[in-house]
Amino acid sequence: MNWDWSVVEDFMPSFWDGVLVTLQALALGSLIAFALGLVWAMAQRSHRKWISWPVTAVTEFIRNTPLLVQLFFLFYVVPTFGPSMSPLVTGVIGLGLHYSTYTAEVYRAGIDGVPVGQWEAATALSLPRRRTWTSVILPQAIRRVIPALGNYVVAMLKDSPMIAVIGAFEMLGEARAFSNLTFTFEAYTVVGIAFILIAYPASLLLRALERRLAQ
Amino acid sequence: MSSGIFYEWFLPGVWITIQVTVYSAALAGLVAFVVGIARTHRLWIVRFVSGTYFEIFRGTSALVFMLWMAFAFPLMFGWQFVPMYAGVLALGLTYGAYGSEIVRGSLQSVSAAQREAGIALSFTRGQRLRRIELPQAWPEMVPPFNNLLIELLKGTALVSVISVADMTFAAGLSRLATNESAPAYVLLLFSYFVIAFVLTRIMRAVERKAKAGIGQGGGGKGRFRGLLALKLSPEGEMRQAKTGTAGGQG
Repeated sequence: MNWDWSVVEDFMPSFWDGVLVTLQALALGSLIAFALGLVWAMAQRSHRKWISWPVTAVTEFIRNTPLLVQLFFLFYVVPTFGPSMSPLVTGVIGLGLHYSTYTAEVYRAGIDGVPVGQWEAATALSLPRRRTWTSVILPQAIRRVIPALGNYVVAMLKDSPMIAVIGAFEMLGEARAFSNLTFTFEAYTVVGIAFILIAYPASLLLRALERRLAQ
Repeated sequence: MSSGIFYEWFLPGVWITIQVTVYSAALAGLVAFVVGIARTHRLWIVRFVSGTYFEIFRGTSALVFMLWMAFAFPLMFGWQFVPMYAGVLALGLTYGAYGSEIVRGSLQSVSAAQREAGIALSFTRGQRLRRIELPQAWPEMVPPFNNLLIELLKGTALVSVISVADMTFAAGLSRLATNESAPAYVLLLFSYFVIAFVLTRIMRAVERKAKAGIGQGGGGKGRFRGLLALKLSPEGEMRQAKTGTAGGQG
């Protein structure tokens, strides 16, 4: 093995650029996933079949097809009839949309986990439907799903390199460009280790958070 | 998609995707059981080594690891994999680490009295695992394994990035050749969905058989059937979110 630290040093400036883009994509993707997931979860619970059925079908379809292919679809097919977007924007939308189908299941589980007594109490107090959701059910449901949502953020972090394939320069994109230019391997290794160094403490943090919320 | 590309690339690509799925699922299953059981071992060193494996492979991104195997590994060690096997290894080792968490969790959920009964009957550890713990843990494992298998199937699309000619690769070729991407990618998305659907059907049959094997029937408690994936109970959903990413031992 012929590891060369000077190559690592040369790679560092573009590495930090990549980290920044990865974190941007992650933050925006999470926002979309959290918001859209709640919308899917509520729509799936709807008593109106014409809302719940198509939403269930679409989310199941998105959940059971690869993110990579969805990114290609958003990047190459959507512009033929809709807006064309930059690789990063496409990536953020792709990540957010894909993971929203996972967070939807988490919200569903959280809402199912709220004891029936809470619903009955809201009915007994004759709270309006909207009030029941916003001040009784959702605060309790969301509190118990925060760790699971956090875990999907870490999962999203590990899927974020896929947006390099459509040309966004996040960590992997930078490493690939650098390695192709210099015929070296250190950049890939640095990025691989960087993922572990971000994901592991993040998971530890989530476990601590989970213990705190469980009390 | 022109008929040439369809017959020459897409159909063989479907076969490659199925092959990669089957091989990496086999490897992942092996890794999951070996590492998962090792993580419940009584010697701390065995637990430590298997736990480290788990943390490393769970922390890294499958795509980065795959590119590393395909491009960095040959330069570092002067030894190259056939691209398809680089992909299978990367997927198998990564998803195997996730699977080990499922195996470990299900083994731990077998009631302690069962283990103690085995000890009282002076079973060896191997006998206890084989005759008492694994048969009871197995039905617990099947639904999360089903979801992991679907994740793995979705992960196989990544092999197209290291130039393995799977169906995603064929769709990319079609885009470049015909300058028309919509039909190819729509077909591709539906193909993945159909394979996922078939896999879920198979796993449901496996689950029924596993449940019947320990005298449980029916759909299980607190879980209702989704359109395709198994809907999990609230606790199951939380556990599933954790298998991929939860940190720390235990």
